[in-house]
Amino acid sequence: MSSDLLAQIMQSLIEGDPDLTVNATRQALAAGLEPLAIIAGGLIPGMRIVGERFSCGEYFLPNLIVSANGMKQAMQLLDPELKARRQAVSSPGSVVIGTVHGDIHEIGKSLVATMLSAHGFEVHDLGVDVPAERFIDTVLTTRANLIGMSSLLTTTMNMQKKVIEALIGAGLREQVKVMVGGAPVSARWAEEIGADGYAEDAVGAVDLAIRLAAARGRQ
Amino acid sequence: MRPRLTILSDAMVQQIITEAIELLQDPGVRVHNEDALTLLAAAGATIDHEKRVARIPEKVVRAALETAPREFRLYDLNGHPAVHYGGDSVQFDPGSAALAILDSRTQEQRTPVTADFVKFVKLVEMLPQIDAQSTAMICGDVPAEIGDLYRLYLALNYMRKPIITGAFRKDTWWTMRELLVAVAGSAAKLSEKPMAVFDVCPSPPLLWSDLTCQNLIDCARNDIPSELVSMPLAGATAPVTLAAAVVQHAAESLSGVTIGQLAKAGSPIVWGGSPAAFDMREGTTPMGDVATWLIDCAYTQVGKALGLPTHAYLGMSDAKIIDAQCGLESAGGTLLAALAGVNMVSGAGMMDFESCQSFEKLVLDAEIIGMAKRLIGGIEARDEPIALNLMRKLGHRAEYLAEPHTLKWFSKELYIPSEIIDRSSLEGWKRKGAKSAFQRASERVDQLVAKYQTPPVPVELCAELRTITRSAARKFGMERLPALAD
Repeated sequence: MSSDLLAQIMQSLIEGDPDLTVNATRQALAAGLEPLAIIAGGLIPGMRIVGERFSCGEYFLPNLIVSANGMKQAMQLLDPELKARRQAVSSPGSVVIGTVHGDIHEIGKSLVATMLSAHGFEVHDLGVDVPAERFIDTVLTTRANLIGMSSLLTTTMNMQKKVIEALIGAGLREQVKVMVGGAPVSARWAEEIGADGYAEDAVGAVDLAIRLAAARGRQ
Repeated sequence: MRPRLTILSDAMVQQIITEAIELLQDPGVRVHNEDALTLLAAAGATIDHEKRVARIPEKVVRAALETAPREFRLYDLNGHPAVHYGGDSVQFDPGSAALAILDSRTQEQRTPVTADFVKFVKLVEMLPQIDAQSTAMICGDVPAEIGDLYRLYLALNYMRKPIITGAFRKDTWWTMRELLVAVAGSAAKLSEKPMAVFDVCPSPPLLWSDLTCQNLIDCARNDIPSELVSMPLAGATAPVTLAAAVVQHAAESLSGVTIGQLAKAGSPIVWGGSPAAFDMREGTTPMGDVATWLIDCAYTQVGKALGLPTHAYLGMSDAKIIDAQCGLESAGGTLLAALAGVNMVSGAGMMDFESCQSFEKLVLDAEIIGMAKRLIGGIEARDEPIALNLMRKLGHRAEYLAEPHTLKWFSKELYIPSEIIDRSSLEGWKRKGAKSAFQRASERVDQLVAKYQTPPVPVELCAELRTITRSAARKFGMERLPALAD
């Protein structure tokens, strides 16, 4: 019975049915399953398969994001239960994310934000056209350990560099890892402006964030 | 609403048919086949036996049009209907009978051998966009006299899809039929569920050669569908004005329908062709010419007006390498063929006019075909109201990517190509090796062929096919057939 419910949660994520994910999660709780078991046995394996299918070309962006939203909603349901048990999912990290100043492209940035939050990151999405100071202020108030910056224009790419300079100016560079993305951005650009990493797509961004957060934790 | 291409006014279609029928009375059609002349004479045609010209009265032609079926189906080798000839169905098969293959490694043309065609058949099986096989190339490692039947023999060992084929001789047609009967189980089963169509080609202007006319008659008498491939060459073997070239096509094709129906009323026949506009600079027969496409689409419209299934050679290129010209010509012809509603479009993979096949072009063309099929899918409302509920729900939020509505519809609304079509960011494209379309196509060829699984053809059937083919080969001095791969 309980393994059926976990399989159902996993399947609902794979098939991209968020309502079913939420219902099955609710049933699993009612059946007495531990929230951590639901996450480890249903949600995470489901999302892993969705990510794998996306990476090999079988799944597409809508599959990815609809499943990620299903996972997010299920997590919202599990949150109070975890708190009541004084438990927490070991979050891989806290991310401040946004599209840089002068640029209003949202899709890629939001996709990465959704995927990060589906993978347990605490995500502070600042939206688009975000000035450097807002990135800095948010890092200070949230004690985030990661910044993700998106830029879709060659004319706004340079703002990514400005944010890194502002981080250095505020004495925060050592505490925060910086990842960059967007159509004109490349690994070489990331290196050139002193960012810690670049990812090609949303699945790659999650892998990168996990890697950077782990490196951060070891320091 | 399905998007459609109309080339001719209804009045011009009728005039073309009227003039074509008049041409069959004067100057008549040359028929170099005794069987056909006897049939035509018995039906009331006037025969000039010395010149071997038949003048066919209108009522004989009209009677043939009455009995010719409006539609028929081809079956795959599992016995399921796979191709529909008739109405506005649009399906694709590779261009046929290439004398050369573009070598994948050197990108130079060479004579194809057994292994090339076997690989090609496997590739066609693996491409969902392509609906039927064709005897796409002539293998140079067997005697030329069995070149036609040997292709069919090879294909039958590896294919499940139906096949468009053709015979080069009168006697080999019978061997090819024997192969098909062996696969079907009996002549009756083959007639009930045809799996092959034979191309029969009149010669321009207004000539039926002995060979091709006999193939037409033998197909009809044995309930094997045939496909008329009239090929006026506008400005050389046909008038340069396109409407007049279409009249010539109609006259040749009507004479074919008439001979076929006289051989057996009700036998399936296709209004097909491979016309071209003569190139006035090089003296060649460009298949990628816009005038060629116009003639094709126009005669298709005439065939539909006559209530016959249609076919055309379109989607080919005159380029010698897989370059920009190759892509633009193949796309142009393929998209127009789909819009014109041609039932069977032959041409995928073919380049250098109609003389060279290419594995890489075939997989590239499959993407064009995928796009063409999506194009004629048109735009549907999908929801009622179309957008109001959804757009009011989202308001001004640009969050459609995350909507279940998007997940529900995207794969139906969009044609999603294979990775041959590069849509990566510049960085992504570089990361994948900065490859050209040819390189990506070449990789896909290898991937698809590696994934192909040989269908479970019974051992006895394989042996029977081999015995039939070997006894034909022996007549022309070949004792052992080339070995087949797995």
